[in-house]
Amino acid sequence: MPGPTRGFLGRRRAAGDPRLPPGQYDAGSDWPVLTAEPTPRIAPETWTITVDGEVETPTTWTWDEAHALPSSEYRGDIHCVTTWSKFDTRFGGISVDSLLELARPTAEGRFVMATSKTGYTTNLPIEDVTGGKAWLVWEFDGKPLTAEHGGPVRMLVPHLYFWKSAKWISRITVLKRDQPGFWEQNGYHDRGDPWKQQRYQGD
Amino acid sequence: MTAPAGGWRTATVAGLRRPIARSVELRLDVHDRVDHLPGQHYVVRLTAEDGYTAQRSYSVASAPGDPLVELFVERLDDGEVSTYLADVVEPGDELEVRGPIGGWFVWDGATPALLVGGGSGVVPLVAMVRHARALGRLDLLRVAVSARTLAELPYADELVEAGALIALTREAHGIRPAARLTDMDLLPLWEPGQTAYVCGSAGFAESASQLLVGLGLPPASVRVERFGPSALELPKR
Ligand SMILES: Cc1cc2nc3c(=O)[nH]c(=O)nc-3n(C[C@H](O)[C@H](O)[C@H](O)COP(=O)(O)OP(=O)(O)OC[C@H]3O[C@@H](n4cnc5c(N)ncnc54)[C@H](O)[C@@H]3O)c2cc1C
Repeated sequence: MPGPTRGFLGRRRAAGDPRLPPGQYDAGSDWPVLTAEPTPRIAPETWTITVDGEVETPTTWTWDEAHALPSSEYRGDIHCVTTWSKFDTRFGGISVDSLLELARPTAEGRFVMATSKTGYTTNLPIEDVTGGKAWLVWEFDGKPLTAEHGGPVRMLVPHLYFWKSAKWISRITVLKRDQPGFWEQNGYHDRGDPWKQQRYQGD
Repeated sequence: MTAPAGGWRTATVAGLRRPIARSVELRLDVHDRVDHLPGQHYVVRLTAEDGYTAQRSYSVASAPGDPLVELFVERLDDGEVSTYLADVVEPGDELEVRGPIGGWFVWDGATPALLVGGGSGVVPLVAMVRHARALGRLDLLRVAVSARTLAELPYADELVEAGALIALTREAHGIRPAARLTDMDLLPLWEPGQTAYVCGSAGFAESASQLLVGLGLPPASVRVERFGPSALELPKR
């Protein structure tokens, strides 16, 4: 650990808010947008989600079919690798569990790759998207999720840095072996746990 | 092409300038530096006496051939890291940096590119322009930049010299009246086969990338870097 930076006092000590992971600050009511591609406009009628790869029953759901699955809500905090966190968010949609329960990953399926309509990808261990830890969401604060925040439907994996929560989600592919996604190929961490500050490869 | 990535390093501030108000240009001597590609950024991490740290990303403005790494930091009035870099840092100081980072928003120096930047979002594009100039390949680049006034545009002289279209929102520039960047500004710069690089605040990046897609650029050819951190930078209406 290097020593202190000369003359740096630091502004936001965040008064030890236990909800704030190390190196993060509270963005308050802001919700910054950080994406690497132009925002696509996707009509809900044309949106579909496919679960394929190492599964017994590869399946595609339409907007209406996905809405017919049991609804599920996330209330809590989100954390972006660019150091903002947002407390007490409320997202509505379905649990990723309800898709995987129908598609049934094989015993060999240990990772997933989430793919967006734009071609964006992000990789996750399957344990990080099962057991009530991951959602597909179409509502934020009771209103339809806007396109710039990933609408009509994005993935939500709130216990990891937010680049794992793929916007404009269209496919979840179950894999035997881990493969780096878009940011992961570009130097970002494979897991991205904010509490361990897993920002970049090697952290 | 795989982009280089470097770990944490110590950088010594070799020099700094304040060519425009409310910002600072830092020239860093990064020990055991890994060469960057134009478009990549560094993370600067500041540590307080009690161990508290704050880290932020800054694009590299210098060309890969420059022996020093140049950063350009716009001072946000109540910003935590930018105020420190703009107000406190002096030559000889040591800073903890990590980089280069990023493998998507990079230009390979060999293919045609359309660069569109707003405000401090011009910084990674300046690295591309400098690299092209060093290679003698400025012909590959078409550049459009936007700021409120010419005096507030980082690297204005170099950008003008590189033939950039300058869109100023608060004053005329040549025959162009004060106005936001429009599709008519961008249309003459667009050529098939270009990769577009759009960089700026979230609001600028969103509207500029939508203009390009509206002109017919394939969305997959438009690479966007949004300098957060926040919607506070969006124009207030
Ligand atoms: C890839 C990348 C490259 C970048 N490159 C550059 C670059 O080349 N040059 C450049 O200048 N910037 C660049 N940025 C932006 C830079 O990383 C910082 O976000 C910026 O300098 C602001 O940091 P800060 O610590 O000064 O401000 P912060 O302290 O993070 O605050 C930012 C703004 O939010 C407001 N704010 C947020 N939270 C609070 C709070 N709790 N209380 C009060 N106000 C708050 C502040 O008013 C301030 O205006 C880049 C960003 C990215 C992601």
